[in-house]
Order: sequence, then C-alpha cells, then structure tokens
Amino acid sequence: MSASLADSAPAAEHEDAAPPARYLYKHKLWTRLWHWTNVFVFFIMVGSGLGILNAHPHLYWGDHGAQPDHPWLELPHWPGWATIPGSYNLALSRRWHLFFALILAFNLLIFMIVSLANKHFQRDLAIKPREIAPGHLWYDIKEHLALRFHDAANPTAFNVLQKIAYASVIFVMLPLIIFTGLSLSPGINASWPWLLELFGGRASARSIHFLAMVGLLGFVIVHLALVILAGPIREVRSMITGFWKAPEEH
Amino acid sequence: MSTIITRRALVGGGSLGAGLLLSGCDRLIQNPTVSDLIHSEDRLHRSLQQALTNPSTLAPEYRPEQMSPVFRANGSLNPGGELYNGWVADNFQSYRLVIDGLVNRPLSLSMAQIKSMPARTQITKHDCVEGWTAIGQWHGPTVGSLLKLAGVKTNAKYIVFHCADHYRGAPNPYYESLDMFDAFHPQTILAWAMNGQPVTVAHGAPLRLRAERHLGYKQAKYVTRLEAVESFAHIQGGHGGYWEDNVDYDWYGGL
Repeated sequence: MSASLADSAPAAEHEDAAPPARYLYKHKLWTRLWHWTNVFVFFIMVGSGLGILNAHPHLYWGDHGAQPDHPWLELPHWPGWATIPGSYNLALSRRWHLFFALILAFNLLIFMIVSLANKHFQRDLAIKPREIAPGHLWYDIKEHLALRFHDAANPTAFNVLQKIAYASVIFVMLPLIIFTGLSLSPGINASWPWLLELFGGRASARSIHFLAMVGLLGFVIVHLALVILAGPIREVRSMITGFWKAPEEH
Repeated sequence: MSTIITRRALVGGGSLGAGLLLSGCDRLIQNPTVSDLIHSEDRLHRSLQQALTNPSTLAPEYRPEQMSPVFRANGSLNPGGELYNGWVADNFQSYRLVIDGLVNRPLSLSMAQIKSMPARTQITKHDCVEGWTAIGQWHGPTVGSLLKLAGVKTNAKYIVFHCADHYRGAPNPYYESLDMFDAFHPQTILAWAMNGQPVTVAHGAPLRLRAERHLGYKQAKYVTRLEAVESFAHIQGGHGGYWEDNVDYDWYGGL
C-alpha cells in the first residue's frame, strides 16, 4: 500500500525534498574532551609563555645564552593582548604556565593511553603505505586545493594530509614542547641530564621550545582555516556532539 | 554569498571572543580561588620531581671550554653601606660568617677559616628565572660541611641564608632558604672563588650560595649568616626569600 503511494508520487517532488541528513559518529568522547581541553590550555600556554619570553626575548643555541652571547633571534616585546597576564608579571606568567603545563602534559598522556586502548590511533590515524605514495599525496593536495576534504566512499575517515598533521602534533610537536619545557628545569636537568644533552644544551632547548610553539600555532591557524572551509557549523558540532553530518552526495 | 558572510561573522565572532577571554583572564587571575589553584603548581612540581626523579643526582657539570666567555652579573651589584664597604676595604678580613639558629654550636667564621676548609670546585650553569643561562666555575666549602661543624638540631627543617645587600634599596636585606635536603646536597656550596678568582663584589663577594638544582634567584650573594629554622614563616614576608615575598616567585625554584 505505501509502496504504491510512493510509486505514484511525481518524480519532480522527489528531487525537491531534501534527503534526510545522515549523521555519522565521528569523534569519541575522549577525543572531544582532549580537544576542548587543549583549546583552553593551549591558549593559556601561548599567552603565559609569551609573558615569560618578555623577560628575556633573545634566543640562543648551545649550553649557555645570556648577554653578551650572540642570540640567533631577537624578538620584540609581546603586547599586553598577547600575554597572560596582560601587563608584565614574570612570576604570574610562570605560575600560569607551570600549572597548565601539567594539564597539557597529563592530558596528552591520558589521550595517548586511551587512544591506543580504544584503537583510535591504529584505526584512524595510522598512515597506510599506499597513502604516502607520491601519487596519492599529490592527489590529496589537489583535492584540498579544490576544497574537497572527504572521501565520498568513507566520509568519516581522515585524509592523508590530516593524518600527517594530526600525527605530527600528537607524536612530535606536543612531546617536543613538553620535553624541551622539562629540560629548562634545573631540577630536571640534575635528574635527567640526558634530556638536556638530547636537545644540545639549555639555550638550545629554550629555542626549540619556542619553535615548537610556532609550529603548533601554525597548525592551529591552518586547522581553523580548514574547519571554516569545510563547513564550520558541521565541523564544530561534530567535535561537540561526536556526530558529523555527512555532506550530500553529488 | 550568504554562507560567506556567515563564515566571516564566525571568524569575527571568534576573534571578539578571544579578546573578551583575554580581558576576562586578568579578572580571573585576581580571583582568590583561581589564584590559590594556580599557586599550587609550586608544590605539585616539587612533589612530582621528587617522586619521579632521583633527588640525590648531581646537576650537570661542564668542561672549562664550555664556560660563558663573560658571566653576566645581575641583581644587586654592590651592597654598599658602611659595614660592607669596610669589609671591601680590608679585603674581608673583618667579615664573619655567622651560623646560628637551631644549631648545637653557633659559629662565627673568618674568611681565613672558611678558605682553609676542604672545598668543592664545580663548573655549572646558572639559569636565571628570566630565561638566560651562563656557565661558570665555583669553588668553596659545601654548606653541608659548615652545618656539620655547627651541628644542626634535628628539629631544624630549613636553612635561611641572610645577605648583606638590600636589593634596589629594599627596606629588608636579601635572603633565601633551602630545605635540609638541598642544604646538604653535595653541590650546594658557599663559593668564595669564581672562575679561578676570588668572587668579585658584582658576583657576591665574599661568599655566594650555589644551589645548583635551582634557579638563579636562589643563588644568594653576599651571604653573612646561615640560620637553621623549623619554619621561615616569621622571617620577613614569610615566603622564604626576597623574590618569593616581593614578586611571588615560587619558593622551590627548581623549574
């Protein structure tokens, strides 16, 4: 009975009616919690970090670096809108930086353990050999330039450029910024001298710490730009609720 | 077209939100509950470092060729005043280091006595809280050996290092403090020589504390008195050091 009703409906009406939206479960709760904690923590870490940098905005390579050593980079003083707190206060910038450093580090550690346990890393982030073939990379770059970010056959999967970006943040840049930060501590230097040697001395560790921040900030800017290009409402909603509205198929 | 406007509005809204968040931050910083929480980082890091690492390990030591060509002097550069100028004039012959407080044998030691004691030589890095690092050589008796001479009582928990300088004319003299573990750490010395020469006035003559697992502000210059105490709550601002009292630097100073 109902089938015959559907059959009798004019074809034109079928095309005008919007197909029901398809919501796919894309982001697990742990991923979402990690993500939004990072949004908050990263913002504070950059602001308080720039506040600390204002105390001595010169970067050096090697074991030591102070006047009159030669810095490789002389930075301007960061304005109040970029620092936490908004006026120069090294003690408070340090308090905020060192408190939220604990959250940043343990948040990453918990996320890594959970994502190994729930197979998020293995299933969604592992880069398959065929994906890093030059031909596929070039194809994915062209797709990005055409603002096509999703594989129609598997719309919730990360594309290879996404995988590379996320993996470099999770496994390279965040660990690098945490361990270079730790190696600025004279207490840690005594306990784990190998960490200081690994980074080539304290002045170098401080420079790498800054460069890792620049790298992460670069990631955040590109990430935000791509969220906007991919459809900000759909993307932000999926990172809040976990459910991602699949684009209509063409 | 309408979607582009929406996106622009979103970006605009986002940056407005960031601006509000930033100005909100300063109000949040003033909040006593938030402030207490943030200030717990000092204790958290100290506990974590002590739990996760071996606290008896030594700070890295360097070779002579790794030293800073010029070791920058900062903080007080000359305490001045009649007493200190008198010491400088007689080459610190009339200077005495007092060791008192919770000790069995209070001491008053001349520089000749201190220089006759076994000394440690160490080339270490000096990490200023501001972010710069200088490497220099320090030479002097361990604080532990001085405290053993005086016989620290078992109820003493901290050693307070009283100094001759008033930083930028501050009403109270500079001071710092260490717990017993750090006071007796083998690299914690009262240095009377730096880079092979007697410590200069700019670097803290005649005696400068070196506590190598800590930041620069713990390395008190112009040390005149070691006081063993059960608590430093009654000393000056009660936070265990000049910078801790005056600008809220963390007492641990280990990172």
